[in-house]
Amino acid sequence: MSRVEALLDPAVAERVLARVLTHGGEFAELFAERRGGLTLAIDESRIESVQAGAEEGAGVRVLSGGTTYFAHVDGLDPADLERAADEAAGALRGDRAEPRPLRAEAMTPQPIERRPEEVPVERKARLLRELDERARSAGAEIVQATASYGEARREVAVANSKGLFSGDDRTRVRIGAQAVARRGDRVETGAETLGGHRGFELFDDEPASIAASAAGKALTLLDAGPAPTGSMPVVVGGGFGGVLFHEMTGHGLEADHVQKGASVYAGKLGEAVAQPLLVAYDDGRLPGEWGSDAVDDEGTPTQKTLVIEDGRLVSFLYDRQCAERDRVASTGNGRRESFRHLPIPRMTNTYIAPGEAEPEAIIGEVEKGFYAVSFAGGQVDPASGDFVFGVNEGYLIEGGKVTRPCRGATLVGNCLQALAAIDAVGNDFWMKTGMCGKGGQKVPVGTGQGHVRIAAMTVGGTQA
Amino acid sequence: MSGLSELAGRAVEQAVAAGAGDAEAYASEAENREVRAHGGEVESLAAATRRGLGLRVWIGGRVGYGFGTDLSVPGVAAIAARAVEAARAADEDRFAGPPGAAGEAPVLDGLSDPSRAEWPAARIADLALAVERSALQADSRVVGVEEAVYFDSAERVAIAASSGTGGEYETSSCYAYLQALAEGKTGRETGLGFDLGRGPAGLDPAAVGREGAERATEMIGSAKPPSRSCPVVLDPTVAASFVGLLGNALGADSVQRGRSPLAERLGEEVAGEAFVLHDDGLDPGGFATAPFDAEGTPRRRTPLVEAGRLQTFLYDSYTARRGGVASTGNAGRSGYRTPPRVSATNLIVSPGSASFEQLLREAGEGVFVNDVAGLHSGVNPVSGVFSVGASGLAIRGGERAEPLREFTIASDLVSMLRAVRTAGSEPRWVPFGGSVSAPPLLIGEMTVSGS
Repeated sequence: MSRVEALLDPAVAERVLARVLTHGGEFAELFAERRGGLTLAIDESRIESVQAGAEEGAGVRVLSGGTTYFAHVDGLDPADLERAADEAAGALRGDRAEPRPLRAEAMTPQPIERRPEEVPVERKARLLRELDERARSAGAEIVQATASYGEARREVAVANSKGLFSGDDRTRVRIGAQAVARRGDRVETGAETLGGHRGFELFDDEPASIAASAAGKALTLLDAGPAPTGSMPVVVGGGFGGVLFHEMTGHGLEADHVQKGASVYAGKLGEAVAQPLLVAYDDGRLPGEWGSDAVDDEGTPTQKTLVIEDGRLVSFLYDRQCAERDRVASTGNGRRESFRHLPIPRMTNTYIAPGEAEPEAIIGEVEKGFYAVSFAGGQVDPASGDFVFGVNEGYLIEGGKVTRPCRGATLVGNCLQALAAIDAVGNDFWMKTGMCGKGGQKVPVGTGQGHVRIAAMTVGGTQA
Repeated sequence: MSGLSELAGRAVEQAVAAGAGDAEAYASEAENREVRAHGGEVESLAAATRRGLGLRVWIGGRVGYGFGTDLSVPGVAAIAARAVEAARAADEDRFAGPPGAAGEAPVLDGLSDPSRAEWPAARIADLALAVERSALQADSRVVGVEEAVYFDSAERVAIAASSGTGGEYETSSCYAYLQALAEGKTGRETGLGFDLGRGPAGLDPAAVGREGAERATEMIGSAKPPSRSCPVVLDPTVAASFVGLLGNALGADSVQRGRSPLAERLGEEVAGEAFVLHDDGLDPGGFATAPFDAEGTPRRRTPLVEAGRLQTFLYDSYTARRGGVASTGNAGRSGYRTPPRVSATNLIVSPGSASFEQLLREAGEGVFVNDVAGLHSGVNPVSGVFSVGASGLAIRGGERAEPLREFTIASDLVSMLRAVRTAGSEPRWVPFGGSVSAPPLLIGEMTVSGS
């Protein structure tokens, strides 16, 4: 018996699906999940906040006449599943519909070399002590250091009335380091993370370097002056700099926003939205990446979706329901935080593909501008396209050179204008991890790019 | 004693049997419903029940936490085993230990609204549809609604500890909100409308729709303001978001670990005299109200900022022991999956006597900030320095003028509080940044960055 079948017996699933459709419905789905995880932290050089948990449950949805009825329960006993089925279908009054027999799909999860739950907790505590030590030894002005470790495994199974029976076994690990630096009254912080859809092998190669990097950021900021204010060229760094593209474009490509007219990209399919140098993807299959899965949370295999081709918008990101509405195939972007949530179109790993420019030249061509190396996060209103980003590591560019660090800068702008203003894409490239929130659901996503320049953008600084 | 209290008591015994020196169990069971409406149709209707257990255990000064959804006897034994194993992995902390005896918790009435259980699915679906309809009818420039949502929940919580504390209570809450879309010449604008209550009978769907419509339409034609330093009036929703950040900075945990901009400022002047703040875990209007906190300590009212001076920090049992003071009943938790941590309950900014119009007149020439974005990324929680995206209206000659967008406001928490000149007379409960009641606030001067 496969792991998916151990989680959800196909014979039981067929019975539950038939029960959901007792009073009609065009589509029924059963999503079963078992999740477990461990987190621990080091603070004041003391291992604490050690937390371990396990949960299991199922969500049942049925679509009828444009309405989705959804119920979820804790527990995976057949009685629990039947309770969810009855609850979901409780409001339906139609004639019985018949689900198709289930066909099991082969499951090919991302490979995990060293299962984190088999690594002793002492080893994880030692990793945190290394991070703590590295951050504290970065300089006398480092006054606080904290670090965290998290591992999570989600086994999921999906069965639906179209005959789909699929599943996935997902393991993610992530560490984070934060440092606080103080000089007199000045207090600055720095943070760095490392994570992946991987096992403990992710930490084979100098994981403590993230603590040194976090401490370095905090120390750099001690020397930071006020951020400039006004419109100027902005060079965005690689890796987590990709959160800018994630926020200002990625969310607007999610088909639910588009179909509700709540995206600035609605009606722009096939049109030029950027200069021809821009190529971008959403790729849920990137090996080992934080936002990767074998199948999405509707059982659709994940895929590499070209979203912007030579500056032209070529695809939105679909879950099953939005795809049906647009009469296209799902792009494998139907994701949910857990069995307690409905799937909605979500990004996986979204990135701007490497371009041709040398990073040094991208900065060298700027007379006076701003260099945003990394962001604390950002937010966008997909309908109006307005966005805002907090910069946690930023520098002035003067005469083609990166000069001094700036603190407290914010980038504000509008998606359409900012995307069209990208006039250089670097040939360097890397990915970073993030947690993306939408509709009250958080899912792991990857962001990536090389250095990218936006010809003009508003920097909201700390000097008037 | 209900089944939930029995479960919590049994879990404590099982934890002690598994090797814990002391144990505390938190069991919750909740029922919730959600309706999403769009385009005059019910888009989705969700119903759910959930039960879970969290076990915090102490072995000497080592603390561990385990949680799970399998509440059978072997299931709880597995949770207990995880918690004990977790504690063994932690380092000794000399201040760690179970909460002590805490006194009698008050009996609170009215935390649960019977209308929640009485309204069937069809009726709450109608409510969500009415929210959407009222936005569309309020103004012809409203071209759609991204989503109109109704949500309600009833939760029963039981706590038991080997030290003898414990109890049980039930609360209910509900809210409705929508994002209205208005079409302007330059693009689409969105506007949020919301209302909250203990049950659906307490909500005003028409007001939710009207608020969303008004917020969306008043942004039509908005432009960037010039960069300058000027008086700023904060909408209650915006004031509440900042007060929520202040609540985190007032938690003794971040103070004791040197990660709060308010550390070492006890008794100092941290705000203008117009800014009066307390934390009140018993306020009948607040959604964080409960007879006792997440450790069983009775909730209370705690003055935080009075006469411009910082009066106290917020404590749970751990930080109280570490600080040599008594717990203020501020152990909070977001569910059974996480252990208690210090958190504000209901943060209440005392209203002043100035009407909203008077605030604008007093501001003279400035900016009314109606919405902020990027609070989670634009604020340094340790230094309190912030720069956040904002939108709103210009204030000219003491009156509302043209709409403004794509600007930032920047300051630090303490400087902003010190610059509070006047508090408005009309407070509002806001679910952003926790449970906060705030009036509009006039800030004497703030940096506004636009074009």
